[in-house]
Amino acid sequence: MSGTRRITYREAVREALREALTRDDRVFLMGEDVGAYGGAYACSLGLLDEFGDDRIRNTPLAESGFTGAGIGAALGGMRPIVEIMTINFSLLALDQIVNNAATIRHMSGGQFSVPLVIRMATGAGRQLAAQHSHSLEGWFAHVPGLRVVAPATVADARGMLWTALQDPDPVVIMEHATLYNEEGDVPEDEDLAVDLDRAAIRRAGDAATIVTYSANLKKALAATDELAGEGIECEIIDLRSLRPLDDQTIMTSIAKTHRAVIVDEGWRSGSLAAEISARIQEQAFYELDAPVERVCSVEVPIPYPQHLEQAAIPQPHAIAAAVRKTLRR
Amino acid sequence: MSEADDRVHLTHEHALHLLREMTRIRRFEEKCAELYSGSKIRGFLHLYIGEEANAVGVMQALTEEDAVVATYREHGHALARGLPMNEVMAEMFGKASGSSGGRGGSMHIFSARHRFYGGNAIVAGGLPLAVGLALADKMQGRDRVTCCFFGEGAAAEGEFHEAMNLAALWKLPVLFVCENNLYAMGTALARSESNTDIRAHAAVFGMESEIVDGMDVVAVEAAARRAVHAVRRGEGPRFLETRTYRFRAHSMFDPDLYRPKEEVEEWRKKGPIVRFTDWILGTRLVHPDHVAALENEIAEEIGAAVAFAEEAPWEPVEELTRDVTTPRGAEVTA
Repeated sequence: MSGTRRITYREAVREALREALTRDDRVFLMGEDVGAYGGAYACSLGLLDEFGDDRIRNTPLAESGFTGAGIGAALGGMRPIVEIMTINFSLLALDQIVNNAATIRHMSGGQFSVPLVIRMATGAGRQLAAQHSHSLEGWFAHVPGLRVVAPATVADARGMLWTALQDPDPVVIMEHATLYNEEGDVPEDEDLAVDLDRAAIRRAGDAATIVTYSANLKKALAATDELAGEGIECEIIDLRSLRPLDDQTIMTSIAKTHRAVIVDEGWRSGSLAAEISARIQEQAFYELDAPVERVCSVEVPIPYPQHLEQAAIPQPHAIAAAVRKTLRR
Repeated sequence: MSEADDRVHLTHEHALHLLREMTRIRRFEEKCAELYSGSKIRGFLHLYIGEEANAVGVMQALTEEDAVVATYREHGHALARGLPMNEVMAEMFGKASGSSGGRGGSMHIFSARHRFYGGNAIVAGGLPLAVGLALADKMQGRDRVTCCFFGEGAAAEGEFHEAMNLAALWKLPVLFVCENNLYAMGTALARSESNTDIRAHAAVFGMESEIVDGMDVVAVEAAARRAVHAVRRGEGPRFLETRTYRFRAHSMFDPDLYRPKEEVEEWRKKGPIVRFTDWILGTRLVHPDHVAALENEIAEEIGAAVAFAEEAPWEPVEELTRDVTTPRGAEVTA
């Protein structure tokens, strides 16, 4: 039996980058301030000295340009990792991601794959206001041709990058900005690769199913601690993959609990939560003992003051309340 | 590479080759326009007629190892690059035997074996791809050039400037070819650019550039050879602006109301094919019988391509979702 060791999410990302750069000569990291600065969230700190500026490739502020260059380099046989500082900045690269990375394989009749990994920081909670705090994961998860994953745990942050790099198609890794300082256990010496196809059950229970992803896993766990005190044992599903969705794990759980609460930091309208809710109605309608509940962000641009920011995003008490509602308690 | 490689050796064979390539594109597209009217080809159809000297001239300077990135007006580039006419015509029809399996149509011709990376219908969207392809070559120490075609309309897009900066900053082996046909759809250059000197954009990034008469195939070939050799020598990216003109409307939906008929007629008089033909006949480099024979060969090739496309199968609807992502276990092309 191997042991575990405790590291931060940031260290896990950095270790994963180092491992990828070491194992595969074709891998390089490219993005704004990934070099001397060490990455906006310090994920690549020290890697420039280790791997040099060819492979830790600092870019100008040109999201569309360098993301497109990542696509081109992937077509040219490299395995680029493009870091986009925040998901809000990724909107400047959407043309390349949606019109090129996601289309080229299908549009070329299967002649070209785009083995590109794009990492970006997402989400609210750091008082960075309305242009650095949004959760647009659902937008990316809407697009055929992309794979979208969201590591919620330190172990997943450590393992998902390598798995993503083995994927022949573009993978977008969503890293919630509030997670970088979180500590967690990773296996000491096992193969760290993570299965990207399956959601993970983070807590077993039979009262209700909470479906969530990324940083909201922590909030869901806090909510279930509160509910456990009331004798309500919830099951928590961490989606891990936002596209494709692991319907089977969700429906199997609902067949057991007959109740579903979806927690999503995206805005409610047209959200990933809406998609999951629809799939539950389509695939498990007769299993349900209560309407599906959703806990999403309030439909406002995320504001700067802490009390307003926190009021805008999902919170453990709201998740607990939604679970009670499905139980009519 | 010696300086001698920069020169165009205009032998009888080469002159005939240039004329044949331009004429193949011209006659192919004339046939496409006819087939469009007959509803065999649908969607957008952007004809290159009038601009043939650009693709044909530039392709002479490239090797099979080099890469080409083009726009939605790319039939000419695909043919000049060596994609079989049958496959290109079948792609126009949307048939499974087309160069992209019929999936892309007129605007999205791809061919892995010709290193032809589309067929991009987002103006300036191909420039960052070209930068990345060149980056991959540079990082892997390969002696290859990526040639990226686009129109002058692209100069208004942010991606144009981002990509040009990256290529110059990282000294990447890219040849940027701006086919300046004076109109972005219906908007004249002076109505969209504060500075109509497109080449000035290259200078901003410290990129060497050249302007060439895009109606003169020999001049284009010579300029492309100079530029490609400089890129291949490791001197970083080069920028070529070809001054050209499209004789037809922007697409089949365009009523062509934004430019005077006289202007089109003036340009037609200096058309690349008529001008080159007159010259090679005048200098007796080529005999009129050769030109007539060439036209016959091309007519046969086009007839065969249309028949091929007509007979080619449609992709079964069952395959609609194939290749959205790579099938597990499949060989990765890139």
